[in-house]
Amino acid sequence: MNEDMKACPITAKHIKVALVGQPNVGKSMLINSVANSHLHVGNFSGVTVDKTEVIFDYKDYSYTVVDLPGTYAFTDYTIEERVTHDYLSAQEYDIIINVVDSTNLEKNLQLTSELLTMSKKVVIALNMSDEADRENIQIDENYMSELIGVPCVKVSAVTKLGIEELIETVSLANETPNNGSKLIFSEAVEEEIARLVWYLDKHKYESVNSYRNIAINILKNNKRTYEKLHDNPIWTELQPILIDASRHIELHHDSDDIKECFAEEYASFNRGVVAEVVKSKLLEEKVTMTEKIDFILIHPTLGIPIFLFLMWGLFQLTFEIGAIPMDYIDMFFSWFGNTIGSTIQNEDIRSLIVDGVIAGVGAVVLFVPNIIILFIGIALLESTGYMSRVAFLLDGFFHKFGLHGQSFIPLVTGFGCSIPAYMSARILKNDRDRLLTLFIIGFMSCGARLPVYVLFAGAFFSPEMAGNVLFIIYISGAMFGLVAAKILKLTAFKGVDEPFVMEMPKYRLPSVKLIWHTVLTKTMMYLKKAGTYIAAASLLIWFLSNYPHNQELEKEYNSKIEIAVSEDKKFVLQNQLAEGLLEQSYLGTIGKFSEPIFAPLGFDWKMSVALQTGLAAKEVVVSTLGVLYALGGDVDESNSSLVNAISKHISLASAIAFIIVVMIYLPCLAASVVFTREAGHIKYFFYLFMFTSIIAYVMAFLGYNITLLVV
Amino acid sequence: MKTLKDCKKACRVKVVKLNADTDLKQRLISFGIMKETIIEVIEYSPTKSTIEIKVGKMKIALRANEAQKIEVEKI
Ligand SMILES: Nc1nc2c(ncn2[C@@H]2O[C@H](COP(=O)(O)OP(=O)(O)O)[C@@H](O)[C@H]2O)c(=O)[nH]1
Ligand SMILES: [Mg+2]
Repeated sequence: MNEDMKACPITAKHIKVALVGQPNVGKSMLINSVANSHLHVGNFSGVTVDKTEVIFDYKDYSYTVVDLPGTYAFTDYTIEERVTHDYLSAQEYDIIINVVDSTNLEKNLQLTSELLTMSKKVVIALNMSDEADRENIQIDENYMSELIGVPCVKVSAVTKLGIEELIETVSLANETPNNGSKLIFSEAVEEEIARLVWYLDKHKYESVNSYRNIAINILKNNKRTYEKLHDNPIWTELQPILIDASRHIELHHDSDDIKECFAEEYASFNRGVVAEVVKSKLLEEKVTMTEKIDFILIHPTLGIPIFLFLMWGLFQLTFEIGAIPMDYIDMFFSWFGNTIGSTIQNEDIRSLIVDGVIAGVGAVVLFVPNIIILFIGIALLESTGYMSRVAFLLDGFFHKFGLHGQSFIPLVTGFGCSIPAYMSARILKNDRDRLLTLFIIGFMSCGARLPVYVLFAGAFFSPEMAGNVLFIIYISGAMFGLVAAKILKLTAFKGVDEPFVMEMPKYRLPSVKLIWHTVLTKTMMYLKKAGTYIAAASLLIWFLSNYPHNQELEKEYNSKIEIAVSEDKKFVLQNQLAEGLLEQSYLGTIGKFSEPIFAPLGFDWKMSVALQTGLAAKEVVVSTLGVLYALGGDVDESNSSLVNAISKHISLASAIAFIIVVMIYLPCLAASVVFTREAGHIKYFFYLFMFTSIIAYVMAFLGYNITLLVV
Repeated sequence: MKTLKDCKKACRVKVVKLNADTDLKQRLISFGIMKETIIEVIEYSPTKSTIEIKVGKMKIALRANEAQKIEVEKI
């Protein structure tokens, strides 16, 4: 994560910190501001889905901070909650920093109470204190430390207030022995705790944890404590006491669920704490900014049109603004190719560099402006809090197709890149729902497919229409996805629905810096991919399309060219030669071999090959087309761009079929690996492959033939 | 018996009982929805299938199906 600050392994004393908190309280951002790292930050729950470690130095210590997925309580409800709970109860670490949202303390303390019963050292970071100040919420942190019995520090991850104090408090707390918290329960529960403690004491039960702790955990039905005691001889005597105690508590709370009883206990303790330490000036009744915005954005009739309009606007911008620098990039690469090319003597090497690497990479880099705009759009969606609103608006609609409102979050992430999307499907609890979502994430066109769309939209439609076409492509991809979900839900993933309960975060104005970082990181990744992976793939494709050499063909044409009189005639012959050579190359052979399969969709062999190389990564589709058309001699001086080559050689019907296939079939190699890991079994990958390939084929076939009929 | 689903927009109610199965109950509790909690209905989604409520300062979206399992009374 963080390369420029390395912890010194020898001199430093080491502290391992587990960062815990409810979702969306600013844990990742806090680490970023402590350690100058760049963890992903977003304004919705479910951003961090796996634990991430960050290492940094401060004074004499080296710290390892583990950013854990947000969890509302230790219910093990979703995979991410399980990750956190398992880590906290089974791993080695020195201290917990519990990050809480100062503007909503009472709700946040619910998790804090559970942490306090874990007999670990805890420091509470009262985050978002800048926001609390703005909302006139004052927290007396010293009094709070005293009441709860653990240190509390006011911080703000945004303004970096209190960060140093937090680190110092952590190192201090690490050195002092754990005094335990001052969390107290109602009389009934305290009575039962006392009885159990007395009993454990009587039997001199051996344990590292305090008796009070054990008593609370066993009352709460904590699995681990339960298992430990269960194997102990005192269990036979303890059990009846425990049953009695639970009954007493349940009676007291008029509930038959001990977890509910404890939640109520915690809640009333927290209410007490909040009443003591939080002073908020009377602003409660004022309508908040968030409410005002929500009044419009989730309006029952306006909400969805507004959402669609915003999406449409995004694709319009993607195309319009993205097209401006394109000509310059294109010009740059052809200039660059020519300049480099003129310095290379060897014909083969020149072709390798110019037609292979530069043409291939150039074709992909061309789309960086479009990618940047799309990423900015997604970053805004993620960081303002609008994402959850859309999930709210669309849940009813999604539900009809067998999807969960929260599936929306991985699905939207999928418009950026399928890999994080597959990972964020972890926020879905139910395995069936999660698998279903995983299966259709690929239908949401990722950023890497954008170049293909922009290329084809630009080739066949006027610039005014191209933005609309992009919008239609994305929306219809999503529609296909919904239909596919319905089919899967009715067949493979039948079952009851998972409940939908989701927090709607406050709207936040994202800082320019945050957006900048997110977009920059993603764009750099795209460029890095272009410079490495795509360049290598282009090299390979160049090789496969240039070899084996056919000397006879060359000789035959070269002699024809020599005797040709007019320049025009020469030129035609040269093109024919190039075309002929390409067709009998390795790639040509593969293309010809698979051509019959793709013929019903109207693809020539070049398109067939591009689709197959696209299995590695979608950008390769473009670079393959770039290499093939550059080599095929279609690209001459006056007509240099790939867009022109495509509009000249491909019919509209084939182009539509091609786009449909790209929309639906497997995202890329890397995503497939992540998919397999998240789905949990390799068989799901084969299902996905079959499923998407069949749908892609059928839809493309329909698209091709319908277009032929209509046009 | 009145449930959260029957509440009109902008009405404020108090939770009497959670009639949900363990999973959903845990979920609701972890969002701070338990006995005695005050809930305000903020908005319905276009098809009335999803409800936005306010619990303390937190806004939560949940389905009408789930809201039906939360027994409430007027305050
Ligand atoms: N005003 C303010 N916003 C913050 C602060 N810390 C985090 N945020 C915002 O809170 C949201 C959630 O942050 P994130 O780090 O992703 O939370 P996590 O889910 O706990 O890791 C983001 O929109 C941040 O910009 C803070 O101290 N003050
Ligand atoms: Mg996070």
